Amino acid sequence: MTAVDATTAPLLEVKDLSIAFRQGDHETLAVDRVSFDIRRGETLALVGESGSGKSATALAVMKLLPYPAARHPGGSIRFKGRDLLPLGEREMRRVRGADITIIFQEPMTSLNPLHTIEKQIGEILLLHAGLTGAAARKRILELLTDVGIPEPATRLASYPHQLSGGQRQRVMIAMALANEPDLLIADEPTTALDVTVQAQILKLLKELQARLGMAMLFITHDLGIVRRLAERVCVMKEGKIVEQGLVERVFKTAEHPYTRSLIDAQPHPDPAPLQAEAPVVVETEDLKVWFPVKRGLLRRVVGHIKAVDGVSIAVRQGETLGIVGESGSGKTTLGLAILRLISSQGRIGFLGRGIAGLKFKQMLPFRRDMQIVFQDPYGSLSPRMSVSDIVEEGLWVHHKQLSPAEREARVVRALADVGLAAEARFRYPHEFSGGQRQRIALARALVLEPSFLVLDEPTSALDMLIQSQMVDLLRALQKRRDLTYLFISHDLRVVAALASRLVVMRHGRVVEEGPAADLFARPQSDYTRALFAAAFNLDAAPVGIVAD
Amino acid sequence: MDQRTAVEVSAPTGPLPLAAQTSGRRFTVSPMNRRRWENFKANRRGYWALWIFLSLFVITLFAEAIANDKPFLITYDGRLFFPSLVNYTQADFGVTDELAQSAPDYRDPYLQQLIAEKHGTVFWPPIHYSYDTHNLDLPTPAPSKPTWMLTEAECHEVVERKGLGGCRDLEYNWLGTDDQGFDVLARIIYGFRISVLFGLTLTIVSSVIGVAAGAVQGYFGGWTDLLFQRFIEIWTSLPELYLLLIISSVLVPGFFVLLGILLLFSWVRLVALVRAEFLRGRNFEYIQAARALGVSNWVIMFRHLLPNAMVATLTFLPFITSASVMTLTALDFLGFGLPPGSASLGELLKQGKDNIQAPWLGITAFLTLAIMLSLLIFIGEAVRDAFDPRKTFR
Repeated sequence: MTAVDATTAPLLEVKDLSIAFRQGDHETLAVDRVSFDIRRGETLALVGESGSGKSATALAVMKLLPYPAARHPGGSIRFKGRDLLPLGEREMRRVRGADITIIFQEPMTSLNPLHTIEKQIGEILLLHAGLTGAAARKRILELLTDVGIPEPATRLASYPHQLSGGQRQRVMIAMALANEPDLLIADEPTTALDVTVQAQILKLLKELQARLGMAMLFITHDLGIVRRLAERVCVMKEGKIVEQGLVERVFKTAEHPYTRSLIDAQPHPDPAPLQAEAPVVVETEDLKVWFPVKRGLLRRVVGHIKAVDGVSIAVRQGETLGIVGESGSGKTTLGLAILRLISSQGRIGFLGRGIAGLKFKQMLPFRRDMQIVFQDPYGSLSPRMSVSDIVEEGLWVHHKQLSPAEREARVVRALADVGLAAEARFRYPHEFSGGQRQRIALARALVLEPSFLVLDEPTSALDMLIQSQMVDLLRALQKRRDLTYLFISHDLRVVAALASRLVVMRHGRVVEEGPAADLFARPQSDYTRALFAAAFNLDAAPVGIVAD
Repeated sequence: MDQRTAVEVSAPTGPLPLAAQTSGRRFTVSPMNRRRWENFKANRRGYWALWIFLSLFVITLFAEAIANDKPFLITYDGRLFFPSLVNYTQADFGVTDELAQSAPDYRDPYLQQLIAEKHGTVFWPPIHYSYDTHNLDLPTPAPSKPTWMLTEAECHEVVERKGLGGCRDLEYNWLGTDDQGFDVLARIIYGFRISVLFGLTLTIVSSVIGVAAGAVQGYFGGWTDLLFQRFIEIWTSLPELYLLLIISSVLVPGFFVLLGILLLFSWVRLVALVRAEFLRGRNFEYIQAARALGVSNWVIMFRHLLPNAMVATLTFLPFITSASVMTLTALDFLGFGLPPGSASLGELLKQGKDNIQAPWLGITAFLTLAIMLSLLIFIGEAVRDAFDPRKTFR
């Protein structure tokens, strides 16, 4: 091979790769004959919705799939001219961590909670470079500085739980870069992070890539990131690559209708109008949720974690109040406190009546009118109950007198309202996709015909396409039933599509509030500006304004 | 993630139409349980252990029809008699002396002769001894060897007395007799039954109590949990065996007394497990959703949380059953168990220890216990596999 060939030949060349998973007697083809290549120093993005096989493809490159349940009916993965598929586990281990490395989505579980940062990074240096002692420590400090951990020397002895999510992801990146790999696989590395932190991590990855000259295979469902980061993109659908090409070309003139629909799948802003004259449905005055911090033998209270610290809001009939902020800002806690699902201090008013001090029995009549939809479509439905059982549970509590036929009719009506067929009620949650499950959760809330709904990140776990369908559905329901929403989200694009008023929260306090249109046009505080920049332009804020 | 990914490829992603697979859906086995059953079957050893154990259990449930000193059917004088079900008197079979009103001994040659004279037929179970039938024709002093091991010299006297042709014509004690002259095979059939029944009853009752206690602790948390936990710590640090010995020497031991005594300590085994499941489960979003609907605590615990905890519980059940069987055997072995004369494997073990010269006692008891406990452990392993969501086979 000549020197010219070595530079122009692709670093990684995947040809007709298929992946099948076996479960019991039947086999599912998860990835069907995909081909792509990555040159040195290049970033290739793999996009598609969950279940499209993008993660499986990436794991196959590392040969990290659960063999023998997974198997490759065909294809080849050539890395630096060598086919990886026939390699044994021992040879593969030399490639992993040295030539190809991976960072995962969840920084929480990708680090071993029992080992210090130094030990975790040191292990990789030891395995592949044989570094120990002072040499290893020097390299670890170098790496931590590279990935932007402030005061790295003091962080060496830290355990993962002592770091924030963003810092953990930086440590993961430091580990991935430890041996200067030729190819970095990033499997949705920013999905679990706040928008502000996401912007910082993306910036870091881009800088590091330019400096180290490595290639990157970036897996994401977020087209905004693709446009920002990648040179070329492969769009995956149902295990096949339906389109690939240069990013600008694909965004400008997408050939495949699926790519088109992905690009167009931005929730279009059409929030409910402000209702300045309408009655106030929910209001809070100086609402506080403080968790005591206890220390010492006698468990004396030495301080409080102020999850919600003196928040006053008011939501009027027919409006949508959007609550935004980074994770840990107290948005969800506020929602739970308003529904009296956790204890709090301060006044909570519902349709003019104070409900803050009510007992379980006294709260019951109010519960019919105020409902909640949660974020996780997998965790919010009991896996052992049929859809019918799930949806009708509220009726058993609040409308005991209903006959079975009436109950069934209401369940069917609620399912129809959220766009599900009546037959769906005989099935179990696991038979549905994420978006459908979220609809079931919505039906469970709607069957009681509430006037007020807390929507706690109902779209965050969904794919882009499904997200915009969900937003349309929520909007239609609000119009039809004159619903009042409290919409909690960190995804500002979705909030912009729905919220008529906006509250920006940070550290349990309200930073800024006002009509959504005004706030988006003229944010007053630095924090709000940084949040908007990160969400809409993926711009990282200067140090000190947002969390890291 | 990857497994789910693979499945979702085929699942419909569009929101609206659903295939019209409608009625009857909720009455069939849910796919999750079907997958578990497949996983259970994939553990061949556990699968066979289950069938063998179930067959043995069902067979021994009808122990009276297998090993009994009463025939199950006699045709006599044109009438049908069911001695194993109905109590008759000797008078029914034509005895006229002063013993006419007493219960008949169907093994008595005189009675058999009376029946034969009237052209009656006697239908015996395969083994003509119950667990408490003395073999009155022992060729050697009890414990007596299995009949097929006897030499002609040893059974000469009995053969002579009964006018038989040789040892092979004697009524068989397949596994010999114990030191009371009871048939060992009959005793292990009854002993197996009582051990398993005791084990199952103890397991079920202590699981119900343990699950309830764990559920309350895990769900309510806080002070309830704290106090309960300390109580259990103190309770479990009591010297269990000594207490059992003391209590069973005060109370007259019997099946239910022993059950109660063992229950005092066995219920704690599941508490920690169920408590942990409830602690984890109470923060699930669907629990929050149920609370937001106004569903009461008890309904949430029963409908939403209990099914989650049942996985852990079911996985443990076979192991708890085998532990219960072991405890009963141990008590019997020490002489503090079931009343004297009951068919008990522990008592047989003790006899094996006391009569080293009669190895058939010890070997039989050991094999019976070893097989029974191994079967339970194999089943337990398979159940554990069945509920393991990450388990893939081959």
